[in-house]
Amino acid sequence: MTDMNLGQGAGADVAIPPKRAWLGLVSLLAIAGTQWWAVSNSAPDRDMGNLQKIMYVHVPAAWTAFIAFFIVLVASAMYLWKREEKFDLVAASAAEVGAVLTALTLALGSIWGRPTWGTWWTWDARLTSTAILLLIYIGYLALRAATDDAERRARWSAAVGILGAINVPIVYMSVRWWRTLHQVQSSPSTISSTYVDGLRLNALSMTLVLVWLILARYRAACLQRAAETASENAALGGRV
Amino acid sequence: MRVEAGEVIALVGRNGSGKSTLMRAISTALRPTRGTATVYGNDIRTDPGGVRELTAMIGHATGVYEDLTVTENLHFACRMAGESTDPKRLLEALERVGLAHEANERGRNLSAGQQRRIALARVFLRPVRLLLLDEPYTSFDDEGVARVNEALADLRRRGGAGIVITHDFERVRTAVDRTVRIDNGVLIDAHAGPPMKQDFPKKVGHG
Amino acid sequence: MGAVAWKDLAVERRTKANFNAVVFFAALTMLLFGFALGADTEALKAASGGVLWLTVLFSGVLVFNRSYQTELETGALEVLLMYPGERWSIFAGKFLANLAFVLLVEAVILPLAVVLYHMPLLNAPWSVLMIMLLGTIGFVTLGTFYAAMASRVRSREVLLPLLLFPMLVPVLIAAVQATSALLNGDAMGDSRTWVRLLVVFDLIFFVAALLAFEHVIEG
Repeated sequence: MTDMNLGQGAGADVAIPPKRAWLGLVSLLAIAGTQWWAVSNSAPDRDMGNLQKIMYVHVPAAWTAFIAFFIVLVASAMYLWKREEKFDLVAASAAEVGAVLTALTLALGSIWGRPTWGTWWTWDARLTSTAILLLIYIGYLALRAATDDAERRARWSAAVGILGAINVPIVYMSVRWWRTLHQVQSSPSTISSTYVDGLRLNALSMTLVLVWLILARYRAACLQRAAETASENAALGGRV
Repeated sequence: MRVEAGEVIALVGRNGSGKSTLMRAISTALRPTRGTATVYGNDIRTDPGGVRELTAMIGHATGVYEDLTVTENLHFACRMAGESTDPKRLLEALERVGLAHEANERGRNLSAGQQRRIALARVFLRPVRLLLLDEPYTSFDDEGVARVNEALADLRRRGGAGIVITHDFERVRTAVDRTVRIDNGVLIDAHAGPPMKQDFPKKVGHG
Repeated sequence: MGAVAWKDLAVERRTKANFNAVVFFAALTMLLFGFALGADTEALKAASGGVLWLTVLFSGVLVFNRSYQTELETGALEVLLMYPGERWSIFAGKFLANLAFVLLVEAVILPLAVVLYHMPLLNAPWSVLMIMLLGTIGFVTLGTFYAAMASRVRSREVLLPLLLFPMLVPVLIAAVQATSALLNGDAMGDSRTWVRLLVVFDLIFFVAALLAFEHVIEG
């Protein structure tokens, strides 16, 4: 025989996180501080002059883009495991922020490259891989945009996010082999320890900015979802 | 809500009341956000595969592959269901639904009613313990309706259970034992016997 | 699994129109690349591996969405999902059918590449065929997987390549590099690294797609 006990209402019950403006303030101050410290404390690179200082933004941006992708991976896996909508929204937020950071990384890399190599683009291994990473992100976001049903969107994005994340190291490896098998790779010289410290500090503060941005985006996503649910319930005649 | 082995119930309610959704949840096509259901002891959430072994559903879609012949469609269905694909069995099922002459016709050459009979033939080929029918009488003439009710009677006799969604209280009269009414996704009424006129809301603009 | 593969192939056999169209499109693509690259024999020869693989990708991508279309037209997907049995076996069945289809297309365009691009296939025919197989497996795995989603939303024609192609970059690089190396004698044994990459990629993503398929094929 068949027993049924299905609850009513299919709305999202995601708790909306608090605004945390202080985090925004702190992280922006942090990044401003570390940037100023790094830029003023390191001497102009002997080959590339002050242009080298763009690395203080470019490298942390790349680093945090990776962290964002990692968050997408974990949140997607959590969603498929627990089926709680909040994980899907975290993954989507991280993907959006990650895409922006990846685009920033590419732009800065290209800007650095122009005076250095004479062109806006070389098929440098890291730059190329980052471009592919951006495209994987964009595919993820495009799929989300094309899918109207929330549950389906969450499930599909989770699967796509996980597969995309798995591919990231493979992409980087294969592109690097492609460029280095018969060529000597050119990379920016990293010599002074102040330079390395500067990079590390900025990576830390950039991570703080990342966390703040993802949380802010997540909050917006929760609000949006709550609004959607409210209108769904209104259409169905309210919860009985 | 409970359905006992050997009984067939009618599920009624106005459009959008959640009947199809409920049925799709039971058939494991949809995951419920809250609550659960068990089919002969198999929970739809933890053991959907077990539920599917025992359950068949005929919904709005006929699922007929248009480029394959009728027989090939049934052959595929049997293979997928793990049933024997003995051509005699297939022909027998086709005869039961009155499609024996069309056995080698491509799906796309059939009318909507004929395609729905293929769906019914699938059910005859795969004896299940729970049968879910969503508006099974549409596109069927009297003969087709008789076949559907025959399948339901068969089911009862075998100790299976069935849930039928329909607006057609005339045609379903002999086929069901109990009626359940839902609205807005909530069960609001149940009574023994087939659905009566009162169970169906007045049409807008009439009387 | 076998049932699904049989069914997909039977449907395709009935309407050879699709296979023919894909093959002609592939031939056309090869010609267009030729026009774009110019008539210099040496340049064409050097580009032959790349052109071959790009042709496979652009024409193969037409196959995947279609393999789900038969189910979508008459709501057969719902019915398919109601049968007992694991979701991954549906994936495996569709994968096999698509693999057969794409390999058949390749069987036609490989000779075409030899002729149009002066591809020195005879330098290492079996190795190149193996690379084609390995690369195609990766391609069809991800294509079958992503098409399960793309075929069901709007803008499916552009969404599938958008999702699929970035993921295929390692396959493209490895397959083209290995093919070129082998056709030029592979003095440095590069091809072995690339073959290893292809095998690892194929394994990882076949398993991942198999496991994740139930989440994308339902609902």
